[in-house]
Amino acid sequence: MTSEIQLAGFGGQGILFAGKVLAYCGMLDGREVSWLPSYGPEMRGGTCNCSVTLSDEPIGSPTVYNPDILIVMNEPSFVKYINEVKPGGCAFVNTTLVDSVSDRKDIDIYNIPATAMAEENGLTGGANIVMIGMLIKKTGIISMDGIESTIRKMVPPKKAQLIENNMKAIRMGYDFE
Amino acid sequence: MAEERVLMKGNEALAEAAIRAGCRCYFGYPITPQTEIAAYMSKRMPKIEGGVFLQAESEIAAINMVYGAAASGVRAMTSSSSPGVSLKSEGISYIAGCDLPCVIVNVQRGGPGLGGIQPSQSDYYMATKAGGHGDFHLLVFAPASVQDMADFAVWAFESADKYRMPAMILSDGLLGQMMEPVVFPEISSAQPEKPWAAVGHNNARPHNIINSLYLQPDELEASNIQRFERYEVVKREMASAQTYLTEDAEIIVTGYGATSRIIRSAVNAARKEGIKAGMLRPVTLWPFPEQAYKDTLSTAKVYLDVEMSMGQMVNDVKLAIECKRPVHFFGHTGGIIPTPAEVLAQIKALDEKIRKGDI
Repeated sequence: MTSEIQLAGFGGQGILFAGKVLAYCGMLDGREVSWLPSYGPEMRGGTCNCSVTLSDEPIGSPTVYNPDILIVMNEPSFVKYINEVKPGGCAFVNTTLVDSVSDRKDIDIYNIPATAMAEENGLTGGANIVMIGMLIKKTGIISMDGIESTIRKMVPPKKAQLIENNMKAIRMGYDFE
Repeated sequence: MAEERVLMKGNEALAEAAIRAGCRCYFGYPITPQTEIAAYMSKRMPKIEGGVFLQAESEIAAINMVYGAAASGVRAMTSSSSPGVSLKSEGISYIAGCDLPCVIVNVQRGGPGLGGIQPSQSDYYMATKAGGHGDFHLLVFAPASVQDMADFAVWAFESADKYRMPAMILSDGLLGQMMEPVVFPEISSAQPEKPWAAVGHNNARPHNIINSLYLQPDELEASNIQRFERYEVVKREMASAQTYLTEDAEIIVTGYGATSRIIRSAVNAARKEGIKAGMLRPVTLWPFPEQAYKDTLSTAKVYLDVEMSMGQMVNDVKLAIECKRPVHFFGHTGGIIPTPAEVLAQIKALDEKIRKGDI
């Protein structure tokens, strides 16, 4: 199976990091993975996106054009990418910063006020991870066990307190209804 | 025990592998999209015994520092992106003229001029035909994955030492910036003896002189002839290609580096529609793997060359197959990456021509 994932939002929202978490988790599962960032004269507040592919076969093009799974964290990214999602795919929308709605009936759209949830729980900047929590619940492409070992590996020992914060953010997204 | 897979950017994997291959001198100057190589070297080199990282005042200074380090027998490297590599061409010619081994990395971006910063393959001519003035060649390796970025760093250093010539890793912004799992190759610590190196010896032997200046024409010609005899050996021993589903392929889609990944996706899609397409990826660009192309002639009816350039490799493909089949071209430039869907459309159009008897 191959899952093509696109993540998009403002620079500073942790788009590239969230993509890296997914790729790292896939790698620890023994799968083929690729992660490709948008790069350019970019800055905090500009738009930012990232392609991640998880597959059981060698990955050809690492650029995702029509994602199976879309994570969008701001309005411009929603407008730009929502119609690119493959029919039968799904989109995770950060409704704190996205006002538009899509009338697409051929994809599953999951709404979550991730930025507000993160801020209300003392996890400012953790909205990206909240969204991954929901992605785990709805798609199952990675497991809760997998994400925990990923976060433990990715967080450097000096910042060990971030492990619990990240897991809290994951659980918030996972339990959101 | 095999090392574990780690998730790294292509640029970082190349830098780490170069250090493991014994690179002890790195000289560079920042330019997108290769700056991660210099950044990684700046962190790691000072922690390694004998390791030198130096940010030069320019690309020209950096290549001349490589020239000096290589002359002393040290494994030395520089990296840049397209406009920066243009600046290095004088130094590269001197290094080739002195028969010195070193590794030069070009993480290509769009050109000409200052161009853009997105991925491109428009330095094929520069790498394979015109790395500088004079009669010389570079070994040119074309990685297509993050694993290749690591493996080819080692391969480039070993080959450069073996044949006493500069080696280039011709990458691009896509491979440099993307992350994939990589397993670092096991490396034997043994490096070849370099009796020609200009190092201290307490007058135990005559001085070694590293020089590319020959004022006597017959001496200069003799050095060029000797070098080209060595190139013939390199052509026999180094030419390398990768094939995918070519055994029965009527349409051979060819391309190097990152583009070969897109071709692979398109070939898979074409096969699902019953089209006999295959991929031929040159792994070394100089020497060009001519025999691998000739080997596909038994089934091939047409060739399609796909590049992120205006078609710089087309003539080498035509020469390799001695113009026995038509060679079509499809590409994008300026940082636009061809999509698998676009390549598939090209394949389908060629298949239709074959079915109609037009090819």
